[in-house]
Amino acid sequence: MNQKENFLKGIFKENPLFVSVLGMCPSLAVTTTLENAIGMGIAVFFVLVLSNLIISLLMSSEKLRQLVKPVRIPVYIVIIASLVTIVEMVMHAYLYSLYVSLGVFIPLIVVNCIILGRAEAFASSNKPLDSVVDGLGMASGYTLGIMLIAFVREILGQGTLTFWGSAQLDLHFLFDFLKIQPLDMFTKPVGAFVTFGFLLATILAISNRKQAKAAERRAEK
Amino acid sequence: MNDLISLAFSAFIIENIILTQFLGICPFLGVSKKKSSALGMGMAVIFVIIMSSTITWVLYQYVLVTLKIEYLRTIIFILVIAALVQMVEIFLKKISPALYKALGIYLPLITTNCAVLGVAILNINNGYNFIEMLVYSTFISLGFLFVMYIFAMIREKLDYAPIPKAFRGTPIALIVAALLAMIFARFGGII
Repeated sequence: MNQKENFLKGIFKENPLFVSVLGMCPSLAVTTTLENAIGMGIAVFFVLVLSNLIISLLMSSEKLRQLVKPVRIPVYIVIIASLVTIVEMVMHAYLYSLYVSLGVFIPLIVVNCIILGRAEAFASSNKPLDSVVDGLGMASGYTLGIMLIAFVREILGQGTLTFWGSAQLDLHFLFDFLKIQPLDMFTKPVGAFVTFGFLLATILAISNRKQAKAAERRAEK
Repeated sequence: MNDLISLAFSAFIIENIILTQFLGICPFLGVSKKKSSALGMGMAVIFVIIMSSTITWVLYQYVLVTLKIEYLRTIIFILVIAALVQMVEIFLKKISPALYKALGIYLPLITTNCAVLGVAILNINNGYNFIEMLVYSTFISLGFLFVMYIFAMIREKLDYAPIPKAFRGTPIALIVAALLAMIFARFGGII
């Protein structure tokens, strides 16, 4: 597998959010605005890439590997928790409004199944460079996924799109033009579940169709 | 006393951990295909949440604050929880092998169940005293069991429903969860 495939599998084939359905809690909770989703994505990027790098470096030395193997999960958790603590402190100092709106979900990156999952399934048995690329791919897949959910929820719920801070796109004219109102429901938990459910179903429908076509092609041959 | 009752009620229903706070979604979707396993998971979570909240609260108030190392709380909390879950696992393996088998992969995953760490952190963030912490963590975990069980009952019926192919499995479960969330959101007007 070359690096490009390694990177792209995180976005399409093994997308952590829509294919493996991991890391659901933050993806439902922080997707009320696009800005929150981007902030969460950045935090996950930092933690996932660095934890993959550190863990693969740790496990690539044979001696340390033998030592760590029986207690590897606690070791992974401590590494991840340290990285999350760094993210939390940096966000508290420099991005205070984001820190407040993400709230408890920043420390909860520790228990995001994606990060521990990649550590165990990929980084522990692959080279450091491959693990970093895998981390980048997975984090991109995750970030794009939550951005997609946030995109739908913010437009339908508030009629705006907040990219970062005051960089906001106001789409109320569109609603006025169509003579409808943004639905408050989409900013509530209900909206999160509905949006995710329908997006997941759409993606499943597309992949089912692709599989059926591939099977047809094989049958023709 | 009144405060405690309203805290208990809001933890149980209004601020339900799954449907309004989005904590513990993974086991909510993963272990809710059968009533019995939903019940087992719920029980395990109640036990772990109450124990871990008590231990982490005491540790935070009397050790971390005194030593002025509050910033280490995420690391310390997750370690306490991981150790506790290991204990519960050993306990269940001995007492009820059938339940242990049913919960399978999800039992070690309580460690990475955000509900457990989430409640431990929320107890600190909300500034609860010892009694409030106990009430909050008890009722929030009861709320977890309650919603898990309702959801499992619905999902058992869903197996017989004619659902479009693309919606089978997780998507329809999420839409059912949305309907439940809509019901629970309306309880907010009571207090």
